[in-house]
Amino acid sequence: MWNRDRWVEIFETIKRNKLRTILSGFTVALGIFIFVTLFGFGNGLKNAFQQFFLDDATNTISVYSGKTTKPYKGFKSNRSIQFKNEDLTNITEQFPKQIQYITPRITRSGLVSYKTESNLYPVLGVSPGHQFAENTIIESGRYISAQDVKDKTKFAVIGRLVAQDLFGNDPPLGQYIEVIGSAFKVIGVFSDQGGDNEERMLYIPFTTRQQLSGQKDFIDMMIVAFYPEIGYAGALDLENKMRKYLKQKHQINPLDSGGIYLRNISQDLKQNQQFAGVLQLIVTFVGLGTLIAGIIGISNIMVYVIKERTKEIGIRKAIGATPKEVIGMILQESILITIISGYFGLFLGIITLKIIGTRLEDYFIINPYIDVYVAITATIILILFGAIAGYIPAKRAAEIRPIVALRND
Amino acid sequence: MGANKLHVLKGINFHVKEGEMVAIMGSSGSGKSTLLNIIGMLDKLDMGSYTLDGALIKDLDEKKAAQYRNKFLGFIFQSFNLINYKNSLENVSLPLYYQGIPRKIRHEKALHFLEKVGLADWATHLPSELSGGQKQRVAIARALAADPKVLLADEPTGALDTKTSYELMDLIQEINEQGKTILVVTHEIDISKMCKRIVHLKDGVIVKDQYVHQKKAIKHVE
Repeated sequence: MWNRDRWVEIFETIKRNKLRTILSGFTVALGIFIFVTLFGFGNGLKNAFQQFFLDDATNTISVYSGKTTKPYKGFKSNRSIQFKNEDLTNITEQFPKQIQYITPRITRSGLVSYKTESNLYPVLGVSPGHQFAENTIIESGRYISAQDVKDKTKFAVIGRLVAQDLFGNDPPLGQYIEVIGSAFKVIGVFSDQGGDNEERMLYIPFTTRQQLSGQKDFIDMMIVAFYPEIGYAGALDLENKMRKYLKQKHQINPLDSGGIYLRNISQDLKQNQQFAGVLQLIVTFVGLGTLIAGIIGISNIMVYVIKERTKEIGIRKAIGATPKEVIGMILQESILITIISGYFGLFLGIITLKIIGTRLEDYFIINPYIDVYVAITATIILILFGAIAGYIPAKRAAEIRPIVALRND
Repeated sequence: MGANKLHVLKGINFHVKEGEMVAIMGSSGSGKSTLLNIIGMLDKLDMGSYTLDGALIKDLDEKKAAQYRNKFLGFIFQSFNLINYKNSLENVSLPLYYQGIPRKIRHEKALHFLEKVGLADWATHLPSELSGGQKQRVAIARALAADPKVLLADEPTGALDTKTSYELMDLIQEINEQGKTILVVTHEIDISKMCKRIVHLKDGVIVKDQYVHQKKAIKHVE
């Protein structure tokens, strides 16, 4: 195998048979290239999917309140349930092992203005945990802190598009804006993967929000985040226990389907994961398909190459080549070509994926990529099958009597 | 090929001494090529025995056969059978490659044999750039390169015109003079007359085997 003379012989053969070399090399390179790009596209599709559907944290249960539909303990039906600050502390105390953080949310729209610019935006009263629940990305400055909530500060974190609307190109940090008649200091600018609407809002401490509206301790809704470790079953369990606890606390008929509503995002998550699983399956299927097509391509080329060389094999045998030498030479040559062109295709494919990047975002393909190990494994599989596909006809050609091989024109 | 066996040779008793130059004559289908192929270990015999240089050639596996071919036999084919992507020098040095001779020595030796057939100036030319006669000379140089005991020529002049044929035969005679045993399969009477012994084959048996007065090919080359 490491005989230098053999290599010289092989390199000369390759050099003198350019068409054959290019043909088989091209097949391998194309096979790997298509595999890498298609597999990468599949991954890009998964990326896009994740960006669209998995924007928010997935370990949360949203708790809303509504009107009861059944009378209970002297209360008439159609009674409005109102969450208050104490609900936050109660829930946290009740389920300390399961709950990671809890955040209220009070949503009101309000006029927000800076100098001559003014606009109507949703102004959300939240606590620090909300940043994680919404996957809010802080572009500059900071988010609402626990201290802000405690001190009821008039600080606002504004969306990227709010900053754009109001400030244009001026730096918004530290500036004062008017929010529903009060002056607020801008302490941060955020962005959100969830789309433009989620970047056209403001966050302020929920306690400040309550003060502004004069409803001291009213809360619209709560977002409860559980420890991801408790898993899907644990989340369902927590959801049921919280529902039971809150119904009891707010004196709602246990059989009443109204009053409070819980929405467990982990249920969405499960569906999303199933969808992602289907995507993965498609990606794998496409990858496997191209790989098989590549293997068939290489096998065909190898059979053709050896058919073409049958006479040469006969000549070599007539002047003293043993079958082993003939097979070894042909295999070594084909493996060399497949390795070089295989890695060329691999390289080209990865470069292509890199160049595409976010250019195909409109087609739901974002940052296509391929795991290097997957790519290299695929290349090795192609090389291996190329070798096997070459070995069988090479062995047969080497075993036919030279006189038969020589007759082959 | 296939399952049907065809008995081409039907009992041949034939002995060639060292240094002989034998013409095997016969019309097509007489079995002359088959005989040569068996002698050349390109084909297998299914009955009888064959001894080469004191060694019984029997039940050879492909590896052994290849080694014997390389060591004892040099082939000259009607269709030259040069490897078309290798130049003259590389074609001639190929048998030496299979003997495991280092590249440099290989090329020196090959060049020497190319000189011997008068084609030293054509060393770097591909077969496609050579005339038929030149190709056959390269083939002869290649057959000689491994220094075999026996040279087997299957219709060596079959694809050449008369003048070139005679020039080639002159070269073969010269090689024979230097001590090589040569077997020439031919159906041309004038070519056979340039050998020292003529064996006539017909329908797989030897009908005539006689030593003749060798005609020198050089006389026809002018």
